[in-house]
Amino acid sequence: MLFYIFAAVAIVSGAYMVLTRNLLYAGFSLLLTLLSIAAIYVLLFADFVAVTQLMVYVGGVLVLILFGIMLSSRVHDKSVMSENTNVGWGVTISMLTLIGLSYTIWQAGFSSLPWIHQADTSVLAGQKSTVQLIGIKLMTDFVLPFEIASLLLLIALMGAAYIATEKQKV
Amino acid sequence: MLTQIPLEHILLLSAVLFTIGVLAVITKRHAVVVLMGIELIFNAANLNLVAFSRHDPQLLQGQLFSLFVVLVAAAEAAVALAIVLKVYQHFKTANLNEIVSKEV
Repeated sequence: MLFYIFAAVAIVSGAYMVLTRNLLYAGFSLLLTLLSIAAIYVLLFADFVAVTQLMVYVGGVLVLILFGIMLSSRVHDKSVMSENTNVGWGVTISMLTLIGLSYTIWQAGFSSLPWIHQADTSVLAGQKSTVQLIGIKLMTDFVLPFEIASLLLLIALMGAAYIATEKQKV
Repeated sequence: MLTQIPLEHILLLSAVLFTIGVLAVITKRHAVVVLMGIELIFNAANLNLVAFSRHDPQLLQGQLFSLFVVLVAAAEAAVALAIVLKVYQHFKTANLNEIVSKEV
């Protein structure tokens, strides 16, 4: 089953991201996690979201993170290694979170909810891709968030460029 | 035709990824790795949205929502990395504990 292979890859490389000390190894295992999550999106009939994940995360955010690693650590000394802190508390809190979440998922019984069965995947599987539907939705029901998102991206672009430039005495 | 993946398995995968992200945020000292943990948390939330969108009677609302989550995450990553670079220029370190203790 393809889903379980990709899920295993995502979990293993995510765990390696936490366990490794080397920042570059952590970055590349995050890349593997994001790629397998994109593959899982494809299996869930979300092809446009999968392509967006590939372009934005793998192509954009991860390159940014790698640049951040290289610019914010001297490669020759030990600062490319990341020390751990609060290990006991971190493991305790995240284990409690995991147990709580999985207990809730187990107890909620999502499969028996009525609206889960109302529209099953046959509707989505009948068509070839979701791109046309997403385009129509973005231009009708979701116009306002779409425009606000463009404004947000512009602000983030300007803000990041302003913060990162060298300080010039005016 | 693909066989149906049970909803609980996707939710469990997303819970595990969320936990790994939380663990990275709490235990790591380097600021960039904390950012990676936050990205992992965003992805776990997105996986939930897409998984429920499969069962949406009005099609694709969850997928559209996850698109906007990706957008906001990209903006956040750009600004946060700019701030990390600025902090590194100022304190000469990106180690979160040392930044707190130096206090210039």
